[in-house]
Amino acid sequence: MSIVAHGGNGTPASPGGGLELAGRTFRSRLILGTGKYPSNQVMAEALEASGTEIVTVAVRRVDLSRSTEDALLNWIDPERYLLLPNTAGATTAAEAVRIARLGRAAGLSDFVKLEVIGDERTLYPDTAALVEATRELVRDGFHVLPYTNDDPVAARRLEDAGAVCVMPLGSPIGSGQGVLNPQNLLFILESVSVPVIVDAGVGTASDAAITMELGVDGILMNTAVAQARDPVRMARAMRLAVEAGRLAWEAGRIPRRPRAEPSSPREGVLV
Amino acid sequence: MRLIVNGRERELDDGLDLVGLLRAHRLEPRVVVVEHNGRILRPPQMEGVDLSEGDRVEIVQLVGGG
Repeated sequence: MSIVAHGGNGTPASPGGGLELAGRTFRSRLILGTGKYPSNQVMAEALEASGTEIVTVAVRRVDLSRSTEDALLNWIDPERYLLLPNTAGATTAAEAVRIARLGRAAGLSDFVKLEVIGDERTLYPDTAALVEATRELVRDGFHVLPYTNDDPVAARRLEDAGAVCVMPLGSPIGSGQGVLNPQNLLFILESVSVPVIVDAGVGTASDAAITMELGVDGILMNTAVAQARDPVRMARAMRLAVEAGRLAWEAGRIPRRPRAEPSSPREGVLV
Repeated sequence: MRLIVNGRERELDDGLDLVGLLRAHRLEPRVVVVEHNGRILRPPQMEGVDLSEGDRVEIVQLVGGG
């Protein structure tokens, strides 16, 4: 396999710089989801440990048959984290646009993570619907971050439609399989000029480091942290892994060689 | 009067307004967003909104998600 990230996939425009989205710069390249934690308390501690500045949230009907629940917003300070409402649950462009508008009203920003699921079993996105919804939401003043598949053509269509970044999956949502097709992510990096954020698939810290070493701009994850035995520790591991992977990419790895190369001089050996 | 609230048909007292409906469910306007007959209302816009027969009301909130 020659999916080794050396040369050919770009060099950092500004080493040490942050993640830029719609004119805003974020120091952290890790975006964290807020679903599936054992408790709101653990979630809040994990967000803190991860160093993230952007958190995704979902928009759902209030369950009127139950007594009032502990609102998520009691645990997330919107002054500290950019709330990124998602359109999870949408299976058509129209549903996604409606959910995005409700999320904007609740989250008080124009950023939206666009999700349109085309297949329930794999949770693969419907890319045609994504393009349609992106166009409409951009017209309506949204900054659209679409969850898409690892298809460079779909990524280019989304960029053309006005998305502020593209967010290809590494492997199916919640599967923890890491990046199954790194070559496709490299193709996407060559195909678009907006940031590329890998959304879904990371299972553990090494997956995050390997993903960042490809040269992507960031990672969005949820299950790998929320369902770890110790989510707060895993959040810290992910913070370090994302930083390590980014630094390694900026530093430029050595090429892989088929044979050994001595680290000490060949000359002046005492034999 | 009969309304559709969060997808389910509900029988509510005539004259109940939107803030009254939220209050009946002990919901603070601060943590919810309402869609009233397709129009999205932020907390300040919920005051003084009357409800009538056949209205469709969606009451949503932000929850944990990825």
